[in-house]
Amino acid sequence: MSKKDIIICRCEDITLADIHKCLEQGYTTFEELKRILRVGMGPCQGQTCSSLIQKEIAIFLKKKAEDVLLQKTRPLVTGVKLQDIADSADE
Amino acid sequence: MNKASIVVIGAGISGLSAAYNLAKRGLKDIVVIDKAYITSGSTGRCGAGVRQQWGTALNCILAKKSIDFFMHAKEDLGYEKDIEFKQEGYLILSTSEAEDKVFDKNVQLQNSIGIPSQRLTVEEALKIVPHLNPNAFTSASFCKTDGHINPFLMSEAYYLAAKKLGVTFYFFEEVTEIIVKDKSIEKVITDKRVIYTDKVVNAAGGFAREVGEMAGVEIPVFSENHEILVTEPTKQMQGPMVMSFSKNIYCQQVPHGSFLMGRSNPKALHDHDISSSWQFLDEMAKTVCNILPKVGQLRVIRTWGGSYNISPDHQPFISDTEQLNGYFMACGYSGHGFMFAPITGELITEMVFGDKLEDYAKDLNIKRLDDKNFTDFEQSVV
Ligand SMILES: Cc1cc2nc3c(=O)[nH]c(=O)nc-3n(C[C@H](O)[C@H](O)[C@H](O)COP(=O)(O)OP(=O)(O)OC[C@H]3O[C@@H](n4cnc5c(N)ncnc54)[C@H](O)[C@@H]3O)c2cc1C
Repeated sequence: MSKKDIIICRCEDITLADIHKCLEQGYTTFEELKRILRVGMGPCQGQTCSSLIQKEIAIFLKKKAEDVLLQKTRPLVTGVKLQDIADSADE
Repeated sequence: MNKASIVVIGAGISGLSAAYNLAKRGLKDIVVIDKAYITSGSTGRCGAGVRQQWGTALNCILAKKSIDFFMHAKEDLGYEKDIEFKQEGYLILSTSEAEDKVFDKNVQLQNSIGIPSQRLTVEEALKIVPHLNPNAFTSASFCKTDGHINPFLMSEAYYLAAKKLGVTFYFFEEVTEIIVKDKSIEKVITDKRVIYTDKVVNAAGGFAREVGEMAGVEIPVFSENHEILVTEPTKQMQGPMVMSFSKNIYCQQVPHGSFLMGRSNPKALHDHDISSSWQFLDEMAKTVCNILPKVGQLRVIRTWGGSYNISPDHQPFISDTEQLNGYFMACGYSGHGFMFAPITGELITEMVFGDKLEDYAKDLNIKRLDDKNFTDFEQSVV
């Protein structure tokens, strides 16, 4: 299967080919890839792509996967409607 | 021996624009150092709105000149991708008679500088953003050439253009000392090397005061956390950025479909905190549901924070200093430094080359703080 057909980030439709191109350009941390490609910025916040990308960075840098930092996690853990937050804010 | 004609500290949008403009002017051996990577500071955390509707002449001029550049930035910088400039305006809401009067004055000032802003009634504003709550505001001002740009890609465009012109970048490297001798710079020391140079540009964003102190230069700026959130993407439904100073909100739909929105925290401490709080989420949700009820139906997927680097009058310092020869600074943007990046780079270059500056630019000098006649203060901020 071509690298262009392997989807790594389903939220933002980013392929393995996109990841490899960025790595070759010198963006070798998750945070840099996130800012250029939007991986991990979508509704799932990296729940699918983060470990796949961590592995790709590790292979590229010839490191162990556990030595490659993942992206920073921030609230929220799942999508919540603004109106629901506003309604419960005063309770 | 490691030598540079100039060392730019910080690869945020300000340092990148400075490096690009210096190289374009023909300066060789430029080095840019960042303790992390491009857009790791405020630039990669910002709302990335670009507007010309300001309350001081200085900010209006800086914004207008920068937008003029953004309009052809892709071509000028030879960038392959798109910087995603969405030029659909800023709609700023007034919520009281007192604010109406301020807006009248601001629009007059803006028009006198050639900025095509206009005052709008509630009905006229609703034609531009139909999902506004008509009871939440009394009038508005609008400028159709304001907008939004992708901050990551804009930064990359500058970065690649600077690299092409021969600028050297050191990432994941922190400047720890600036050695000064007889009022001149001798060298810059990082955690990885020593670089001999007699010129430094302090473009350290939230750390501008500290990078001043390293060289014994006093810069009266501080940093405070500003939080922001993003929603899931949805169909295009809002052209302009909607903003209100009195309600403390800015809210924009980006081309990708998500809404970005932020507000300031009057109780924020003066420090380098960039964490997320539930208080922000509560206040932000209440404010947006009041002004833009339809947007309240969207789901928040992430919140984050970044530093505003704040000056005493909410206007930047793009300046050299009598305190130290060869020391230049671009800081104190007070929450609007992304949109001023093009003019920042041009002015720093003129200063480094010793050009005579245009009259307006004199007020960007840090010396203005000693001038008792200088009383301009930017109020139009969130
Ligand atoms: C939530 C939020 C929303 C905003 N919205 C807008 C907006 O809509 N429009 C707008 O125009 N502006 C906005 N801003 C402001 C804007 O982000 C900043 O004014 C602008 O990005 C400043 O860019 P900079 O290059 O000066 O600083 P930064 O982007 O912070 O870059 C400074 C760099 O210096 C590096 N550095 C610091 N110290 C050292 C050291 N000792 N050695 C090496 N490197 C060092 C840092 O790593 C960093 O990369 C917003 C800011 C925030 C936080």
